[in-house]
Amino acid sequence: MKQRVPIVENILNANDELAAKNQALLDEKGILGINVLASPGSGKTSVILRTIGLLQDQLKIGVIEGDTAPVTIDADKITAVGMPAVQINTGGNCHLDAVQVASGLHNLPLDEIDLLIVENVGNLICPASFKLGTHFNIVIASVPEGDDKPYKYPNIYRGIDALILNKMDLLPYIDFDLDYFMAGITTLNPQAKIFPLSCKTGEGTEAWRDWLLTRLKR
Amino acid sequence: MHELMVTENILEIAMRYATDTKATRITDLYLVIGELASIVDDSVQFYWDFVSEGTMAAGATLHFRRVPAQMQCQVCQHTYSPGESLPCPACASTHSRVIAGEEFFLEAIDVDQEPIGESK
Repeated sequence: MKQRVPIVENILNANDELAAKNQALLDEKGILGINVLASPGSGKTSVILRTIGLLQDQLKIGVIEGDTAPVTIDADKITAVGMPAVQINTGGNCHLDAVQVASGLHNLPLDEIDLLIVENVGNLICPASFKLGTHFNIVIASVPEGDDKPYKYPNIYRGIDALILNKMDLLPYIDFDLDYFMAGITTLNPQAKIFPLSCKTGEGTEAWRDWLLTRLKR
Repeated sequence: MHELMVTENILEIAMRYATDTKATRITDLYLVIGELASIVDDSVQFYWDFVSEGTMAAGATLHFRRVPAQMQCQVCQHTYSPGESLPCPACASTHSRVIAGEEFFLEAIDVDQEPIGESK
């Protein structure tokens, strides 16, 4: 006997449920979690190091580094400046998921940490679909990537709370139409706070730090 | 790239519901995938045969219903495709939101059940 069984269940439900557990753990420990999304080479690790430099007197910052290859380059840079870091190798996978973040959390001294930064795999597509349990998402874009990225990868910009536009010091040398870029972001996500800055010179980084501090106080 | 994991999830959900209804075989799965969901039908189909092998869903047919992406302008309420333009093509406003295209769920399955009276 053949029968139709109605389901209507989200296929990423299992991931979403674990993400909710991760967030509950962060809440219990009083930690604010950020998921950092970006393409490779946009300066994710540099922004994290800058952020640590600006806040290390006030906060203990833990970092989960996601990479597809079995390397510890990024985590080594974080531990070298005295903050706890865990490197997660996704084994070729294109994004971090809630399972990997859960295992990362187990390897961090959560009782000491105020702010958790998760550096996702460098990719503007897949990480947008997988919740991790962090409290907010940011994208780091950079001037050399080009001004058309919001139009070509719309998904990643829609769910974010803030956008950092890095490498602003290169603006005089690159054909990057700032208005065109900003119009794309604003259309996709009118609420996103935008921080043009340069990790190299430090210009604009205080505004980003101040915004982060206001989020921590909530 | 992540379709293998996704395909395993689809099988897990289908098996759970099929077991609940005492099915002996899953013959069809009905998936709804929005245009913005970053999932490629062909890849899911490719992995399906491997993933479902040896289960009661082996050989089941996957049906994909694609939902086109749609945006709606928050100023003039015009609805349009983001492929056409990101800002509203009617009034040029940049205050739009996505109203369709993010779906990604298993809608239903068809199962074979043992007829009543024949169960062992």
